[in-house]
Amino acid sequence: MTGPDQNNGEDNGLDIRIRRVDRKDLDAVIAIDAQVTGNSKPDYWNDLFDRYATRRLNERFFVVAEPVNAGDGPSILGYLIGEIRTWEFGSEPCGWIFAFAVDPAARLQRIGERMFQNMSDEFRQAGVNTMRTMVLRHEPLPMGFFRSEGMVAGPYIQLEKDLND
Amino acid sequence: MQKSSRLAIYALIDLAADPERQVSVSEIGEKYRVSAHHLAKVMHALGRAGLVQSIRGVGGGYSFIGNAKRTTLLDIISLFEDTSSDCKLTDPRVATDAEWVLFDIMCEIDDLAKATFGSITISTMLKQIERRKKSVAAQQVAAEV
Repeated sequence: MTGPDQNNGEDNGLDIRIRRVDRKDLDAVIAIDAQVTGNSKPDYWNDLFDRYATRRLNERFFVVAEPVNAGDGPSILGYLIGEIRTWEFGSEPCGWIFAFAVDPAARLQRIGERMFQNMSDEFRQAGVNTMRTMVLRHEPLPMGFFRSEGMVAGPYIQLEKDLND
Repeated sequence: MQKSSRLAIYALIDLAADPERQVSVSEIGEKYRVSAHHLAKVMHALGRAGLVQSIRGVGGGYSFIGNAKRTTLLDIISLFEDTSSDCKLTDPRVATDAEWVLFDIMCEIDDLAKATFGSITISTMLKQIERRKKSVAAQQVAAEV
């Protein structure tokens, strides 16, 4: 049988700390993103840092997972960015997750699950009751992960049009 | 989804909830109100796929031996149905524009259904069942107050 290799934990998990991102973490974040997507985009990440880690921090959450005892290993094992958006598409205020990855070498240690739970808590404390994200439906890993965390299809359907048609 | 697929999912969920437990076909059949004869065929197919094993004798029955975190609903459905050809155009050589457009719409729906079934594992189903139990219990407590 094949299926999503979900990072929802094979053990009790690595000892990690989830905290707000710092400028010094950006290279590690860029490296994880490049490894996962196959596309390095430092300009994009520098812009995201300026927009999501330096202002309106009561509604923008750019967090990283840091090993408590990094030793010679990587300093950052994953990242997650969430934002509370209000009245988009007529929606009541809700939390959106729009960037999320775990270092592939560090999967199956509950890192993604703990970042997800941390973001759920941040959103809840900020007063919102719904969390949303968007995933490519042909990528079973992220879709399987979010499903395993209890996310289900929401009331919206994403539509698009090929402008060359 | 065909009846066999649904039964297979129900049976696997029951067995995977406690892999140490042996459950008889009649016990599962009674729970889901289906004939033991129909269920026996389903369980046999699950055995061939390496998802369950059968132990004969007193106290025997079926137990779950698959990987609950890796086995998706689509994996299970594919054992009983041809999931590769749900979306069909009768005869592409003579199909009209309306038939082609409806075909595209049906493929769109089919694609979404497959992606959904392919992303939900037995483990995820078990978690969802637990969440539902908690939610129902909380509603009952609220109703009693």
